[in-house]
Amino acid sequence: MLNPIKSYRNTFIILVIVLLIICLINISLGSVSIPLKQLFLSLINGEVEKESWRTIILNYRLPKAITAIIVGSGLSISGLLMQTLFRNPLAGPFVLGISSGASLGVAILILGASFLGANITSYAFTNFGIAIAASLGSFIVLLAVMLAAIKVRNTMSILIIGLMFGSITSSVISVLAYFSSASELQQYMFWSFGSLGNLSWKEITALFSIFIIGVALVTFIIKPLNSMLLGENYAKSMGVNVKLTRNITLIATSLLTGVITAFSGPIAFVGLAVPHLTKLLFNTSNHKTLLPAVAICGAIVMLICDSIAQMPNSEYTLPINAITSLFGAPIIIWLLVRKRKIYY
Amino acid sequence: MKQVTNPIIKTANLSIGYSSKKGINTIASNLNINLESGNLVCLLGKNGIGKSTLLRTITKVQPALEGDVLIDNAYLETFTNHSLAKTLSLVLTERLPDTSLTVYELVALGRQPFTNWIGYLTTNDLEIIQASFEKTNTQHLMNAKCHELSDGQLQKVLIARALAQDTPIIVLDEPTAHLDLHHTINTFTLLKKLAKDFNKTIIVSTHEINLALQIADALWLMTPTKFIAGTTAELISNNDLNLLFDSELISFNKTLKQFTINHS
Repeated sequence: MLNPIKSYRNTFIILVIVLLIICLINISLGSVSIPLKQLFLSLINGEVEKESWRTIILNYRLPKAITAIIVGSGLSISGLLMQTLFRNPLAGPFVLGISSGASLGVAILILGASFLGANITSYAFTNFGIAIAASLGSFIVLLAVMLAAIKVRNTMSILIIGLMFGSITSSVISVLAYFSSASELQQYMFWSFGSLGNLSWKEITALFSIFIIGVALVTFIIKPLNSMLLGENYAKSMGVNVKLTRNITLIATSLLTGVITAFSGPIAFVGLAVPHLTKLLFNTSNHKTLLPAVAICGAIVMLICDSIAQMPNSEYTLPINAITSLFGAPIIIWLLVRKRKIYY
Repeated sequence: MKQVTNPIIKTANLSIGYSSKKGINTIASNLNINLESGNLVCLLGKNGIGKSTLLRTITKVQPALEGDVLIDNAYLETFTNHSLAKTLSLVLTERLPDTSLTVYELVALGRQPFTNWIGYLTTNDLEIIQASFEKTNTQHLMNAKCHELSDGQLQKVLIARALAQDTPIIVLDEPTAHLDLHHTINTFTLLKKLAKDFNKTIIVSTHEINLALQIADALWLMTPTKFIAGTTAELISNNDLNLLFDSELISFNKTLKQFTINHS
């Protein structure tokens, strides 16, 4: 007997091809223009005209492209999970307070440094130092949200609690900012713009490992997430452990969003918008289709945004956070105006 | 009521209600139910009398205050969520959240208690899903999106989902609340057919009293004073139906076999 559930195989094949092409375009663009042939040669470890080109490709552009893929996929998966869990189209990966927690951690490190009498050029302000501060911050806020989540039964309340913690942290940041020097403020601002570059292969390995753990967790809840689409009561009546599913969803989202924010800053918009974009493309609610689709679309969107951000043939790089919203939001508005309602 | 030898659902001195820090709020007590399999039971009672509470208690959504519920001679507490899902399926009164699931995907979800971790549908699953569509006569809706259905179609499809769960017992909470007379009768006839032809035990809470009297194999009456179970004929001859509404506005007319308005 034939299974009449649509598999969308062709759409997936097209998406993967698009992803590969965009990935190549992304790597080929940059302040130094490198011929396409040389690009391939350096990727497959062949003879390159200039050794510096190989260094640029392998140590700067490739890591950045991989970071973009992980960041885009991870944030988009998290966004989808939150939208399904809270049945709310406005939910994104940061509703649990992860980005506000990370911001608080970094703000305390950078803006609070003068209180602690630390020198702004010291080791604490390197990439890893900031990543650690961001992780600690998001972990603490997340822990508070989770503790509250155990207490409340209503899933919607968790959403509101997450938002409340967000406001608390942003007001603490405002107070810190008020007492900070201009140079400290600038450094904090730069972090909050988000950045995909600057990651060493070591850091990417760390990012990738946790990404894989998060994605593995998500595959285990595809089936219960589908029954949650009918509401928690129906899910329960079909033998789903609603609480366990909820907790795995929260843990997977925290892992994915937490590690991404720690390494690349609070990247806005992608996690919220890509699930909508994907649902317009695929017109399904089935998570078996949606999750891989959202992951691929997220990667594509992030690569495109990054390609725009590095402003081809110029030595400037625009803040990635500005690009994601500036180019992404109008596209979503246009799609929504053209098509009708999005269903979950 | 005649003695049931092997009841599929049995309750003994069951008390239902809610317990909280403030104290215990008993909705109904001393419920003794003996239900044979293959019956269509209609649960009748006025609003707020505790029909939903009773259904929630025997489906293990909320705990009993006192007494026991036995399903197929096993205590309800011994069931896990998962094993109960293979015994008992639900059609709820709440509206479905907006989804773009297709009708087929919705009905296929009924197979979840039986599928593997990723929800792979075996040939057997596909056959049961197909049969569920045929039994409810909804094959033509298969490829539609759930949000495109009318209330009447959606109710049938939700019953198909419960059938796909392939459980001996199906519990429906006010399935005809949003339906017109035609679709209401349609739904009840379908439920009757499922009970009769496929030996399903079906429990329906409803306000369609006149219809329930004609079609049900057994009635459960929840009145302010007591819980009464019996066949339509028994309840009529014992004058029990008049207890349903302690009102001067309405009474049960034995000759017409329906409720009529009292003219003063």
